[in-house]
Amino acid sequence: MIVLRSDLEKISSWIKPGSRVLDLGCGDGTLLDFLQKERQVSGYGIEISTKQVICCLEKGVNIIQADIDAGLADFDENSFDYVIMTQALQALQRPDQTLKEMLRVGEQSIVTFPNFGLWRHRLQLGAGGKMPVSKALPAQWYETENIHLCTVDDFEAFCNQQDISVLQRDIVDYDHKADWLMRLWPNLFGELALYRIKNRR
Amino acid sequence: MSNLPQNSVGIVSPQSIHFNEGLALECGKTIVEYDITYETYGCLNEAADNAILICHALSGDHHAAGYHSENDKKPGWWDVCIGPGKPIDTNRFFVVSSSNLGHCSGSTGPSSLNAATGKAYGPDFPMVTVKDWVRVQKRLADSLGVRQWAAVAGGSLGAMQALQWSIDYPDMVRHAIVIASASKLSAQNIAFNAVARQAIMSDPDFHHGRYYDFNTVPASGLKVARMLGHITYLSDDAMGDKFGRELRTEKLNYSFGVEFEVESYLRYQGEAFAGRFDANTYLLMTKALDYFDPAEAEGGDLAKVLNKAKAKFFVASFTTDWRFSPERSREIVKALTDVNLDVSYLECESQHGHDAFLVEIEDYIAAFGAYMKNIEVSS
Repeated sequence: MIVLRSDLEKISSWIKPGSRVLDLGCGDGTLLDFLQKERQVSGYGIEISTKQVICCLEKGVNIIQADIDAGLADFDENSFDYVIMTQALQALQRPDQTLKEMLRVGEQSIVTFPNFGLWRHRLQLGAGGKMPVSKALPAQWYETENIHLCTVDDFEAFCNQQDISVLQRDIVDYDHKADWLMRLWPNLFGELALYRIKNRR
Repeated sequence: MSNLPQNSVGIVSPQSIHFNEGLALECGKTIVEYDITYETYGCLNEAADNAILICHALSGDHHAAGYHSENDKKPGWWDVCIGPGKPIDTNRFFVVSSSNLGHCSGSTGPSSLNAATGKAYGPDFPMVTVKDWVRVQKRLADSLGVRQWAAVAGGSLGAMQALQWSIDYPDMVRHAIVIASASKLSAQNIAFNAVARQAIMSDPDFHHGRYYDFNTVPASGLKVARMLGHITYLSDDAMGDKFGRELRTEKLNYSFGVEFEVESYLRYQGEAFAGRFDANTYLLMTKALDYFDPAEAEGGDLAKVLNKAKAKFFVASFTTDWRFSPERSREIVKALTDVNLDVSYLECESQHGHDAFLVEIEDYIAAFGAYMKNIEVSS
């Protein structure tokens, strides 16, 4: 069995076998590789780091070296069943524009991000007066790639405002488990947020 | 003990094959018979499924890897990528590299004897295109017992042949390797070629292409053509790093002689090239580049043309290549993704301009090698 980052298994379960997927910021291609083997998907990964591109080539997954921030203009409307982006939303220049592009290019999109509203983050900032550092956000403020962090509530407000419907949501901890606290107060106790979304139209 | 590098294919020797079945060319003319010179590296396996065709660019030929003798200063033109343990690993693959019809280093070309006249073809040699070359390479494959290429690979004009192969013989190409190329030339590209041709044709020694009959060559024209080409193969930065404004002498001479290092370098490159290359072949090659536009058959829709292809593609470009910029490679990638073909694309950081595809750049070699390792062949 392939070892996956905690949210990858869940994403896989959300994807219909034989679909066409585009994986934005696909890293070393682990998810695509898994989806190809377990879900018989076809498609491409997009990654900017040459080192990661080489890892993808080693795995034999289709990888296109490109900058997501430059847009998805090379892909036509609805050319994929799913456009996936795991843990990259908060590192984009303009997450709002990328999300719109994802929903243009894909029938559905799957997005995951660390929940900045987690009580521990609030405690560090509110009581400690310092930028939160955690398992999901390990870097210091000056060196972090995470320039557009958001909370579960922020993301859902954005979806509402942009006429995006949430088809599926999972709010979990880093081990991908959910307890009653997360279910009751996701914005306060959720560590990772996973969403399957589409345009309401 | 050999002094050649361990990861070299070693000493190689070219072979030649004669075809006497006429070939109707795209230009409307027919070439009745011709020779094709080629080299091979590695061994064809029993299943005959490990063959890779190497296609050369403007100034390359069949000598893609290894050395012709112990004393050779330089190996074949793509030696950084072909050899034991290299991206095109000759321990796994059987590599075939031929020089194209119209060339001047073995295969029949304008400097070859025309049996009909008893003189060199010169300007009577028919115009050849990328599509024609691919048909010749198909005949070579047939005669070598290769029914399907594991990959067809090339850079620049060579990559155009790989692209054409995937379109014209979709069942014969499992992987197409398209490096530093374009699906057609831009107006600027054609303009550079036009200036190069004018330089050659306006040389008084050109004699309307019949210079062989006058025992001379249009060396100064070919030299200028090569100097111009060379400028476009390098990036501004690479030239700046290499030469800057360095002078040949201590101070300025206020003369029209060679003063700057870059002038000296270009002259040397031009002269070396003019000494080994045939001007008529250069004219033909640049025209083949200009004519290449496979999408034209479908009204300019590259995706529609590539829809015929069945190969998996590896496309690579280099950041400072302005002759065939990354945008041109991205057009190919877009057309491939539009028709759901498998493609991987590397946009490699490099200072080497268009020439980068011939240079040992760590990321390029690693990525190319990683892709090639996943090409399945019978043991």
